[in-house]
Formats: sequence, structure tokens, C-alpha cells
Amino acid sequence: MDNKIYGLLAEFDTPTQLVEAARKVRDAGYKKTDAFSPFPLHEIDEALGIKRSILPFLVLGGGIIGLLTGLGLQYFVHVYDYPIIVGGRPFFSLPSFIPPSYELTILLAAFTAVLGMLALNGLPQPYHPVFNVPRFALASREKFFLLIETKDAKFDYDETRNFMQNLNAQEVFDVEE
Amino acid sequence: MQETKNIERRLFPPMVEGEHTLASVSDKIGDVTLNKKTPFHWFIGFGIAFLIAQMLLFTIVYLVVTGIGIWGNNVPVGWAFDIINFVWWIGIGHAGTLISAILLLLNQKWRTSINRFAEAMTLFAVACAGLFPLLHTGRPWLAYWLFPYPNTMGMWPQFRSPLMWDVFAVSTYATVSLLFWYVGLIPDLATLRDRAKNKYFRLVYGLLSMGWRGSARHWHRYEIAYLLLAGLSTPLVLSVHSIVSLDFSVAQLPGWHATIFPPYFVAGAIFAGFAMVLILCIPLRNWYKMQDFITHRHLVLMGKVMLATGLIVCYGYAMEAFFGWYSANQYEVFMIKNRIWNGPYWWSYWLLILCNGLSIQLLWFKRFRESEFWLFLISIVVSVGMWLERFVIIVTSLHRDFLPSSWAMYSPTVFDWSMFIGTIGFFFTLIYLFVRFLPIISIFEVRTLLPEAQVEHAHEPFSHTEKVNEIQGTEDRA
Repeated sequence: MDNKIYGLLAEFDTPTQLVEAARKVRDAGYKKTDAFSPFPLHEIDEALGIKRSILPFLVLGGGIIGLLTGLGLQYFVHVYDYPIIVGGRPFFSLPSFIPPSYELTILLAAFTAVLGMLALNGLPQPYHPVFNVPRFALASREKFFLLIETKDAKFDYDETRNFMQNLNAQEVFDVEE
Repeated sequence: MQETKNIERRLFPPMVEGEHTLASVSDKIGDVTLNKKTPFHWFIGFGIAFLIAQMLLFTIVYLVVTGIGIWGNNVPVGWAFDIINFVWWIGIGHAGTLISAILLLLNQKWRTSINRFAEAMTLFAVACAGLFPLLHTGRPWLAYWLFPYPNTMGMWPQFRSPLMWDVFAVSTYATVSLLFWYVGLIPDLATLRDRAKNKYFRLVYGLLSMGWRGSARHWHRYEIAYLLLAGLSTPLVLSVHSIVSLDFSVAQLPGWHATIFPPYFVAGAIFAGFAMVLILCIPLRNWYKMQDFITHRHLVLMGKVMLATGLIVCYGYAMEAFFGWYSANQYEVFMIKNRIWNGPYWWSYWLLILCNGLSIQLLWFKRFRESEFWLFLISIVVSVGMWLERFVIIVTSLHRDFLPSSWAMYSPTVFDWSMFIGTIGFFFTLIYLFVRFLPIISIFEVRTLLPEAQVEHAHEPFSHTEKVNEIQGTEDRA
């Protein structure tokens, strides 16, 4: 073991095997774990103990900021900075101000959803140690992978490797840093 | 056993036909962009579309150099082809958002294999639509004046105007559609990155996929973001065409000033959009042999959506005429008479009824609904019809308004036509490039439809087979 290793990666053929293995890994007390699949698997969240993301609240916040920006901007323009009567309507003509406020609500909420998702995921991240395993290219195609990082408190190279081999894995790889 | 299979098919009709695995799905869709030689028909189609797009470029250059006087619109028909084409293109875009957002929220799994190119269609249609108002400003280099920013002129846009609402609606729509489309593409770009053999392809797809690695934590947030985007796009798409319709209905003009406009425009938009989706997907599935993913059932379902939205549009036509009569207002009554039989543009109204009202009645019949040829033909007729609808609403209302002394006829010039046809070329140029360089079907979403993608539960209370057996049991007893 000349190179420093980042963790151990086990390969599986089916989503069922991956979920079962993930449950065992969680029950064994490993915390710094991750699973990789070519499509979203809902069962894995529970199996790995992934907590629900705070993203929806961020998006709600983004939407509220958008709404207030829209209303505030129009109030500033039409009541404070440049009051002018149009079509006999009051300066603060709320019904007319709804469409732009509505659109800004959606615009900011959508940006928060996308940028928030990327930021919380730590993307863009061109390099990640798992890419050093050549078989990992199949994670975007048909194979399923489970990772235990060396940073995990319970990690012990020989013991963890043995444990992972007993999870019905096709193969267990060392992930080089 | 055969019977069980039949019942199973009836209960859970497959979205993916043929024998497919996770790997074969990735290969089949990915290979179109990566490994297969570009087919000859691609070059022919792209070449034609590209040539037509040059006509658009020429028209734009001539227009910018000369001014919008090269178009046929003039008082009283101050809005003509530019707004007709704008509304037509925006409407076409709406089906893409409907498929990707509303059908996702309604859990309609059949959207999965058509959403990717329908969203691309939305983006390109919005790009074409945006050109018209931009160039109609006459000084497109000052178009940024439409956005509220502090400036040395000390002026602000006028937010009480529907045209201002349009700026916000359309720019938000374009941005959110792009975000939605790109987010959907990220996992597929990662698939292409991992499969590409060419170094440059790997680099470009790698950059675009942002290092996506399919981590469970990432998927978790990804799915939340995707669902939220769908939830946000749904009210957005309904608001965009409502606001477009307010461009007309907020005005006092007979023929425009009607409360039915927003729902009627939204239904028309979806109607036109599904027609365009069919126009695109029927050749695509045949050229690229995608019949396993865009199945016969998809086409039939789209035909049904077209019929339903078409009938709503017909209801709109009936109500417009009814409003005119029921208003007992001489200008409204005159407008309806002038539009339908008394005026010089009566033919456009009846052509519209023929295209949008009568032609879709064929879709009631299984024979037409299930035939690719008829669906394609009806879709083209509907696209023409929806264009005529906007022509009728805009030109017949404007050309004879309150004062007979200001009546005039409208006829488009050659530059109106070259610009309109040019945008069609531009649209297809973009579609051809998209088909060549990006996966036309969402690979990761199609994977989730496969049986092998399902996690088997040890103790599922009410499994798939049990349900089938139970139903078969009741049928046996009966």
C-alpha cells in the first residue's frame, strides 16, 4: 500500500443488492459512506440514513425574496421615484404589479433550486477520488457502487475490506486518493 | 400464464418495449450522439434548415439597416406578423413545459421518453419567438431599456403595461426552461462523458456534467430540485400565455377585450405545442429507431391530448362569437360579423375552423389516432390552424376598428414571409444540432422504467404479481 487510499469501493450488479448492502453497512455503524447508482434510488436514502435536504426551505426563501424584490421595485419606481398617473390608476396599483412580482418569485425560486442543489452537492467538482477506479465509469451505465471512506471512525483496512467482501459484492476496489 | 401476462400488460402497460437492460438503454440512446456515423439524412435535413436560416439572417440585417418599414404592418394594423409569429412560437414552446413539468407532477410516466426533446423544442421555440418583439422595437440595440435599471435618463419602465409583463414573463420562461433542461441533462452528460472514446468529446461532456458521479446524496437533492422546478414551471407556463393573452385583452379593442382570453390562449398553446411535438417525434423515432422508447402508445396519448385541448380551443371560438352577440355592443357585433362573413378576411376565419375545429374530429376515431401518417398530417394542419388563429384575432380586429375613416387592409410583404419562414429554418437548425450532440431521450429516466431498476422488497405487502393474481381470480369467479 504505497499510495494513500481514500476508501473502499464495492461493486454490485443490481439495485436490490446495493440497498441490502447499504443497510448492513449502516447497521455496522459506518457513517462516512456513499452509494453510486446510474439513476435515483429512493430506497437508498433510508438504507444509508440520508437526512432530508434543506433545499425546499432555501427555495421557499428564494421565492419570498423574489416576490418582495418585485413588489419593492415597482413600489419604488411608481410611488417614490417616478410617480406618474397611467390609465387613471393609483400610484400603488397592486393588480398591475402582480404579474412582474409573480414572475420574479418563480425566477428566484428556480435559480435557488438549481444553484442550491449544485452548491449543496459540491458541484461542479471535476475531480473526485472514486474516478480513479476504472470500473467506476460503469456507475453511469449499469453498475452500483458502495463506498466507505478511510476517514470513518470505524475504518480499519483489513477488517472493512473483509466486511465489504461479505456483502455479496462483485469486487472490492481500493480507491486511491 | 399467457393470460396473466395479458392482464399484467393491461394493468401496467410497458413504457419501454422490447427487451432492454440498463446497459442497452444507455447504448441505444447514447450511441446516436457518440458512436454511430452521422446519417446522410441528417446532413440533408440540416443543410436545408441551415439554408432557410440564412434567409432569416439576411432579413434581420436588411431590417436593422433599413427599419421596420420593410414589413407590411402600418396604421391601423400596427401589429401583424411580428406578434402573430411571436405568439405562435411561444405557444409551441408550452407543450415542452407541460410534458416536462405538469405530467411529472401528475405522475404520468409516459412523459419520460419525450420530455427531453420536448424541452429542447421549448427553448428553441422561445428563441424564435423572442426575435420578433426584439426586432419590432425598431432599435433592437436599445432593447435593454425594457429592463428596470437605474439610468442617466432618470426613467423607468411602465409596470402597468401588459407589454412590460410580457418582458418579465418571457424572459423568466426562457431562463427557467433552460435551467430545467440543463438540470435534466446533467446525469446523461455524465453517461456520455464515461462512454465517449474521443478525447474532446470526453472533455466537453465532462465539463458540462460538472463532475456528476451519481452519488446517493446528490441524487437525493437532485430529485428534490427537479420536482421543485416542475412545481415552479407549472404555474409559470400557465402564467406566460395568460400574460401574452393580456397583451390583447387589456386593450379596449373589440375582438380582444374578452375575459376568456387567458384560458383560451393557454389551451391553444398546448394544442399547438403537442402538434409540434408529434411533427418532431414521428420522424425522429423512425430515423433513429427509437420505437422501443417512443412507443405507439405515446403517439396515441399525444393524439388524445391534442383532441382534448383542441376542443377547448373550439369552445373558445364559440364563446368569442357568443360574447360579440351577447354584448349588444354595436362595435362588438360588427367585429364578429366582419370577422366571420361580412369582412374581407372571412376566408381566414373559415380556414381556421377547418384546420383547428374540423380536422381534429378525426382523432375521435381509433383508425386515425393510431396511424402515424394521419397524426403527422393532422399535426401539420393544426400548426397552420394555430397560426391562422392569431392572424384572425390580430388582423381582423385591428383592420376595422371604431372609426371607418381609419380602416385599411393589411397584407404582408416578402420580408414578413422571409422572416417567418426563416425562423422555421432557424428552429430546425437548432433541433438538428441538438439531435446530433445531445441525448434526445432522457437516459437516466428511461432506466427507472425498467423492471431491473426496481428494488425487490423481501416483504412487500401488496406485490405486483399478487395484484395480478387477485384480479385474475375475480375474473375467474365471474
